[in-house]
Amino acid sequence: MNEFAGFMYYVMPIIIMNMAPLAIVALGGLYTEKSGVINIALEGIMIMGAFTAVYASIVLTGWFAGMPIQAVVLLGLLIGALLGVLFSLAHAFASIHMKSNQIISATALNLFAVAFTVFMARTMYGVRRLPFTETIMIREVPLFANIPVLGPLFFTNAYLSTYIIIVIFAVSMVILYKTRLGLRLRSCGENPQAAESLGVNVYKIRYVGVLASGALAGMGGAAYAFTFQRQFGGEVFGFGFLALAVMISGQWKPMRILLVALFFSIMRLIATQSDSLPGLDQLNLPSQLYRMLPYIATIVVLAFTSKRSQAPRAAGEPYESGKR
Amino acid sequence: MKQLWIKTLERIGRKPTRIEATSSVMAIICGLLFGLALMIVVNPAQAFPGFFTVITGPFQEGMRSLGNMLYFGVPIILTGLSVAFAFRTGLFNIGATGQLTMGALTAVYIGVNWGFLGPFHWVVAVLGAMIAGALWGAIPGLLKAFRNVHEVVTSIMLNYVAMYFNTMIILNFLYDTQASRTAHPLPSARLPVLFLQNVFPGSRANIGIFIAVLFVAIIHIVLKKTTFGYELKATGFSRDASRYAGMNEKRNIVLAMIIAGGISGVAGAMMYLIPGRHLPYETILITEGFTGIAIALLGLSAPIGVLLAGLFYGALHQGGTYLQLYDFRPEIIDIIIAVIIYFSALSLFLQKIVRTFINKRTKASMGLSEEVEAR
Repeated sequence: MNEFAGFMYYVMPIIIMNMAPLAIVALGGLYTEKSGVINIALEGIMIMGAFTAVYASIVLTGWFAGMPIQAVVLLGLLIGALLGVLFSLAHAFASIHMKSNQIISATALNLFAVAFTVFMARTMYGVRRLPFTETIMIREVPLFANIPVLGPLFFTNAYLSTYIIIVIFAVSMVILYKTRLGLRLRSCGENPQAAESLGVNVYKIRYVGVLASGALAGMGGAAYAFTFQRQFGGEVFGFGFLALAVMISGQWKPMRILLVALFFSIMRLIATQSDSLPGLDQLNLPSQLYRMLPYIATIVVLAFTSKRSQAPRAAGEPYESGKR
Repeated sequence: MKQLWIKTLERIGRKPTRIEATSSVMAIICGLLFGLALMIVVNPAQAFPGFFTVITGPFQEGMRSLGNMLYFGVPIILTGLSVAFAFRTGLFNIGATGQLTMGALTAVYIGVNWGFLGPFHWVVAVLGAMIAGALWGAIPGLLKAFRNVHEVVTSIMLNYVAMYFNTMIILNFLYDTQASRTAHPLPSARLPVLFLQNVFPGSRANIGIFIAVLFVAIIHIVLKKTTFGYELKATGFSRDASRYAGMNEKRNIVLAMIIAGGISGVAGAMMYLIPGRHLPYETILITEGFTGIAIALLGLSAPIGVLLAGLFYGALHQGGTYLQLYDFRPEIIDIIIAVIIYFSALSLFLQKIVRTFINKRTKASMGLSEEVEAR
């Protein structure tokens, strides 16, 4: 029993810190698709968000030597979100006003993000990867860590970004499902013509959807960098695409998305911790085999959940006012 | 002079493909201008000479740089062809990178281990690469046809699986511990240089360019002259309509992905069956597959267009090799490519600009242009 508790205390924080960014980026995907625009640029937006957040943290700690690291993290998340909004504006403009092929314009953003971040890192610092060595992890959250069972499960070895993201996830869900804006957003993805006939400005609402996805993905990218990396090299290793798959296999429903995110977090736990998990460490399989697992799992899950798609009906279709 | 100008405009305005081609050229110009702007921001003093070198890259060192333009163009022409072919069937093959990786790995494996094949060695290595790429491409095709899984997501996931698979196989079977890098294919597995060494002395041009042109020709004929190609295009226009017309649209989707994957696999062989180039064992995605998307778009998804766009990329890449001299990072080329893709996504808008421009200047041919617009 004690051994089991120890195991859970070890894996639970890792699962949660995987799950939070995955869920928030998937929610970003939900916002844009619910408004009727497909955005596969989540990966690129995450990269841009992560890059600026890391860069900002380096600059901030340089300017204010005594600044507490958690404040830097907080600002980094905000800056990441802001950049996500700016970057996704390009996709919103192309897909809403210019009626472009949304997959192509998003692919351009993905490629741009990788090239641009590596270019900037090499131009400014002469290296491909931005190093940031500060320890960001919180060993124990004061007060909460002392709660029996729950304390070690949820409030030790944690990251501030994880908690912030959980709060924002909850708020965004309420906005999407309990407010007038949320209702309008969802109507634009299902039947934009009907929405417009009731006085909703479809273009405006779709901008809101895409920019919201930019903010959430940018913040998710920042959280990813702060949590998983010690140096940032213009890569989030398909995390944005995993989030997209989480949204699709979650059938565009937030609660299911959370569940699927949990499943994928366990997969990522196995992928990244294969050398220290009891049982797996004795199999002596190459670590790359475990690394493939989340991606293979995605394909398998999609194969079983895609037959009856619950996608918003107008997702991916450019809207033309007055067209029937 | 002025009349010639108006005549040219008229000629462009007469055919939709010509308007599309003009919008491709505009996308390229926009991408280049963005690159120039970025260079001015980063290093104003060197920006203009650096930029001029990039766009005149293939003529910097005479025949040598021209030969290198062909060399850099080969894998991009092939991945571009792969993406373009899938586009015609309504599929977005963003997985060219994974197919290319699997092809490259197979080619290098055969190149290192199957020396007994003698003069057929390199041919077998290229064929092996084609088969590996085709199998890797078949997976998203099958899932799309039978399980309705969007091919974009599956093929992206397969890119990462291929990346880790590549690292795993190299570290366990193909690793040269003394040089601490991937083992090098035997001389008999290298792509023949033929007479190209005499035409382009000092360059790295090899038989690859002929193989690329051969594939372009085959795909051109398949799409233009065969029933199979017609069926593929019909499936691309409307899956439901092609099924109603009695075509086996599921089979067509799978076959299109197998062929697209095979072409990308060959691109992998073209990149690494070359002296001095080592297949990277690190976990990084090989970017040539993504560049193929840009090339397919610029080439309007037509084989001949892809050939031209691929050569343009080769020229740009050759120009990029000189960038270090001006203290710029070569990633600027990738940024330019990304911006070009973005503007080719705006092609509908660019085409509209081209049309209005032509309509304004050639009042005489108003009727014709309006007809074009209506299509």
